[in-house]
Amino acid sequence: MAEKIATRQAYGEALAELGEKYNFVVLDADLAAATKTGIFKKKFPNRHFDCGIAEGNMMSVAAGLAAAGKIPFVSSFAMFAAGRAFEQIRNSIGYPQLNVKIGATHAGITVGEDGATHQCNEDIALMRAIPGMTVINPADAVEARAAVEAALHFDGPVYLRFGRYAVPVINDKNTYKFELGKGVQLREGSDVTIIATGIMVDMANTAAEMLQAEGISARVINIHTIKPLDREIVLKAAKETGAIVTAEEHSIIGGLGAAVAETVCEGYPVPVLRVGVNDVFGRSGSVPALLEAYGLTPANIVEKAKQVIALKK
Amino acid sequence: MERAKKQQLAKIAAQMRLDILDQVHAAGCGHPGGSLSIADIMAYLYFSEMTVDPADPAMASRDRFVLSKGHTAPALYAALAEKGFFPKEELLGLRKIHSFLQGHPDMKNIPGVDMSTGSLGLGVSAACGMALAAKLDGRDYRTYTMLGDGESEEGQVWEAMMFAAHYKLDNLVVMIDWNGLQIDGPVTEIMNPTPHDKKLEAFGFHVMVVDGHDFDEIEKAFEKAKTVKGKPTAIIFKTVKGKGVSFMENQVNWHGVAPNDEQYEIAVAEIKAKAKI
Ligand SMILES: Cc1ncc(C[n+]2csc(CCOP(=O)(O)OP(=O)(O)O)c2C)c(N)n1
Ligand SMILES: [Mg+2]
Repeated sequence: MAEKIATRQAYGEALAELGEKYNFVVLDADLAAATKTGIFKKKFPNRHFDCGIAEGNMMSVAAGLAAAGKIPFVSSFAMFAAGRAFEQIRNSIGYPQLNVKIGATHAGITVGEDGATHQCNEDIALMRAIPGMTVINPADAVEARAAVEAALHFDGPVYLRFGRYAVPVINDKNTYKFELGKGVQLREGSDVTIIATGIMVDMANTAAEMLQAEGISARVINIHTIKPLDREIVLKAAKETGAIVTAEEHSIIGGLGAAVAETVCEGYPVPVLRVGVNDVFGRSGSVPALLEAYGLTPANIVEKAKQVIALKK
Repeated sequence: MERAKKQQLAKIAAQMRLDILDQVHAAGCGHPGGSLSIADIMAYLYFSEMTVDPADPAMASRDRFVLSKGHTAPALYAALAEKGFFPKEELLGLRKIHSFLQGHPDMKNIPGVDMSTGSLGLGVSAACGMALAAKLDGRDYRTYTMLGDGESEEGQVWEAMMFAAHYKLDNLVVMIDWNGLQIDGPVTEIMNPTPHDKKLEAFGFHVMVVDGHDFDEIEKAFEKAKTVKGKPTAIIFKTVKGKGVSFMENQVNWHGVAPNDEQYEIAVAEIKAKAKI
């Protein structure tokens, strides 16, 4: 069994570690314990600023800090960062292309028991629509740690999406290399390609194994950077396997599935089916029960893979 | 207040505190601190102040309540169950996948809930809408909303306050649960929103500051609110977060964690002993 770590945990630890070498600042909105920026706060209390429960203000403050040359990491739950403060992110940070890193935690349905008001399945769609915004959704703790460092060294606004729930570590921290904007092919295959992001990457691997057992050869691609999307790896998959299933812990509207479908439609049309939250709100429940209820499972990816293969001309 | 009434309200509040503990204990998560701090006020609202009908939850003439600090849903659910909007047993389903009792109030599926909340800072605005609708429709129902002291750091709260005064919503009562704590620490240390009384007066409210655990004071404040004309009323309730459970009182770390079995037993015993039930 792989070790399980929440990507938000990796985020907080990465900030605390990188904080020794780099002089960035961290902002939070009364959620430091949950977003894990509290780990950084403990070590660098003078570089951590609690803005209180006022996310809109926090985003515009971060813009001001960045305009004055600081590099701010700004954290809240995805719902209150991308959701509550959308306009501040768009106009204060996006429009002037300021060097602000938004570390949004508790994204997606794996928030669990807090229920629909806190389960943000729309943040990728919102952030992706902002011109010049880089959107990263890491698959595990190793990738999350690397993404934080990549974001730090990148000049421009970045939205980093982290989860609350502990998920398997699938990458090797000693050898892992993060390349912003590059998809990662994890498994070769010829009948269909599963393109996954975030916590669905591990499930995509499992699904590919299940398909293999039935004699179906599935390629698996991890897309950690949803914007800018690695068009090359997506179009290559379309050409070589002729069918694509996307998998994300996000609405099927506007997220990875949409980005892949747009790219494939314009570049090399083949059937694409999307696994994700099907245009509904979430609800309270344990994370395993919710993943099952909303079809975020290897079994559902397998099902969709068979359906998309049947759609091939 | 008459002795008998006070005793009855105290008993209901104690029962609600037990129901709050039952809910978060069964769920294994949730927010006991801010639920316990408003238990007395919620008991007064639902058993003395508001006109509501469990047999007709959507009754057009009912008074409205918006729990802007939606994370303290267990207090609202306890009041609604006690009032008879749904069976008590349902409380144990809180936050579970097959239950209608969502982690935060859901007006579509929970009888008696007037507004879905959970994202802080939105409730006063929604309550303003309800109060304005009453004026437009010539109805005399009143609208009550409860927000957290930490929650008052949200800018939208103050936009809503401006709106309430501007439209002279004297059928609106904004309550602030002044328990002094939010998640990261004491409210005045995290992002000081005080003084609420002076700010609200400047915004055009009639403001009262009262003890949120004293039924006499609670009653007086709500009665006074009914006589205020031409402006909205704000009641700042001084409360104790975690009230009624000694080890939770004024403890910031009891904001959003459930008691384990042992802590739960101690808490229940304390409340029962104090209320003699
Ligand atoms: C917009 C938004 N930001 C953050 C949160 C997370 N959150 C839940 S409760 C809470 C603290 C609330 O403190 P307070 O209003 O004082 O409530 P109480 O003490 O009554 O529990 C926070 C930050 C949220 N639910 N909504
Ligand atoms: Mg408080």
